[in-house]
Amino acid sequence: MTAMPSTELPANRRDIRPGPIIAWTVLLIGGLIMVTPLLFMFSTSLKTAGQVYDLRLIPAAPTFDNYLKVLGDGRFMQWFFNSTFIALTVTVSNVFFDSLVGYTLAKFEFRGRYFIFLAILSTLMIPTEMLVIPWYLMSSQLGWLDTYWGIMFPGMMTAFGTFLMKQFFETVPNDFLEAARVDGLNEFTIWWKIAMPMVVPAISALAIFTFLGNWTAFFWPLIVTTSKELYTLPVGLSSFAVEQSIKWEMIMTGAALATIPTLLVFLVLQRFIVRGVMLAGLKG
Amino acid sequence: MASDSITGEAASSRLWDRFSIKTKRVIWAWTFLALPILFYAGIRFYPTLQAFWLSLTDWDLLRPANFIGLVNYQKMFADPVFWKVFQNTFLYLLIGTPLSLVLSFVIAFYLDRVRFMHGFIRALYFLPFLTTAAAMGWVWRWFYQPVPIGVINGVLGSLGIEQQPFLRSTVQALPTVLVPAIWAGLGFQIIIFMAGLRAIPSTFYEAARIDGLGEWAILRKITIPLLKPTTVFLVVFSSIGFLRIFDQVYNMTTNDPGGPLNATKPLVLMIYQTAFSSYQMGYAAAQTVVLFSILLAVSLLQLWIMREKK
Repeated sequence: MTAMPSTELPANRRDIRPGPIIAWTVLLIGGLIMVTPLLFMFSTSLKTAGQVYDLRLIPAAPTFDNYLKVLGDGRFMQWFFNSTFIALTVTVSNVFFDSLVGYTLAKFEFRGRYFIFLAILSTLMIPTEMLVIPWYLMSSQLGWLDTYWGIMFPGMMTAFGTFLMKQFFETVPNDFLEAARVDGLNEFTIWWKIAMPMVVPAISALAIFTFLGNWTAFFWPLIVTTSKELYTLPVGLSSFAVEQSIKWEMIMTGAALATIPTLLVFLVLQRFIVRGVMLAGLKG
Repeated sequence: MASDSITGEAASSRLWDRFSIKTKRVIWAWTFLALPILFYAGIRFYPTLQAFWLSLTDWDLLRPANFIGLVNYQKMFADPVFWKVFQNTFLYLLIGTPLSLVLSFVIAFYLDRVRFMHGFIRALYFLPFLTTAAAMGWVWRWFYQPVPIGVINGVLGSLGIEQQPFLRSTVQALPTVLVPAIWAGLGFQIIIFMAGLRAIPSTFYEAARIDGLGEWAILRKITIPLLKPTTVFLVVFSSIGFLRIFDQVYNMTTNDPGGPLNATKPLVLMIYQTAFSSYQMGYAAAQTVVLFSILLAVSLLQLWIMREKK
């Protein structure tokens, strides 16, 4: 946040007037309403089946029994591992390839560069939903159905990431790259050792978006997985919730378990994440 | 790879040295692009063409695909369920996009001026964006239950307001499903709007104040016009999101997906059911072509409208 150009509006100096105080109060109440569903989810996850109908936000006798029960059967840990492994792998792949392609398109001159750029950019217009049927066919022919690779392969590179990284590499001065060339470094080393460290904010934005997108992804993992051991957390949670039917305290516990990791990461990296979203939004 | 040839044997090294610096760089560029080009060709472009082709076939997973011309499209346009779904999809867009944009702009506008506890209040609005839609679908589904389970009806009851059927009503179900989608996206839009607001140079505001413009006139004549790039981005981004709504609908209506009576069914859910519940792959491919056309048309239309207005 502090890194963003901030314009101090003269309006702050009129904080004594009632207007800003009312605005502040309304904003705070609105914000509290925004987190109400999350608060109720956590609250209910700490209640016993008998207390679910008691809609007080603070449970009368909070208990972690539901968490022990849900985690106890091992499936959630498996799904948690699957989601983490998949999201991490896809993120590493995107950081590597999107940066490499973005850098090449920004800093190399060769015939066909503009065509390649337009071709990659045009894939932004193709919705995933249109590709899932051919991907499914392809996966069944190549034996990728119900495998980690099957879940991951469609997202290993993205046009969004490539475009974002290209925008940022264009701001890297050529002098630095030329100097490295004079020193006899090869092009790969120049990219990895000189250019990459200069776009770290963009890399973190890309990493955050890719990780979050894959961690919460539902549609394709739902299609490509059939055995429960390979479910990602969202797909696993969905099947778990259907199975629990009306045991809302158990469903809320599952939902809380799927939500806690990203919330924890946010609390630690808040500044970073907000800045990353701003960067991606402005350049993307 | 070329890096091997630099450190490699003398013969290949001599060949590499014979290239001009410019040629070397071109070779590097294509080396870097080789795998990505294969990826985009094999995982993006070929499947796109294949989807168009499959939409003209009767492929059903069991037997090989036969070319049947436009039969799938004729079947789709004659199907009342398709038109219901088509209407739902646009309702999600037409309610969701304006509502979430106005809300997020108003919140961003005031939040930008708040200094006291700014980070905390911003975090409250942003947290829902970090949640998993599938999980939140279940939380909201529970919220909407009748008394004694549901929180919302509980609150309505204590205020003496009539109980609402929400997900059980064909009229209320669609807006009911839309709320968690708007809720989850709001934080993102607020952050982007705030970044846009901060990018407006303060000299514009100072000049406007010297000219004696009031707050409302400044908002209308300076803030909103200068925010246009941000607004265009968010309109396109959120429209595409609402047109592709799936996770919330699927999880909030698992007992009758897209129900009651298809009242909440969006196009993506219809595609999912046609392809992976009834395995009519060719027919489903035709539906994806329609989705693609809608997304393309909406994006182009919005860019065009935004350009004209300036």
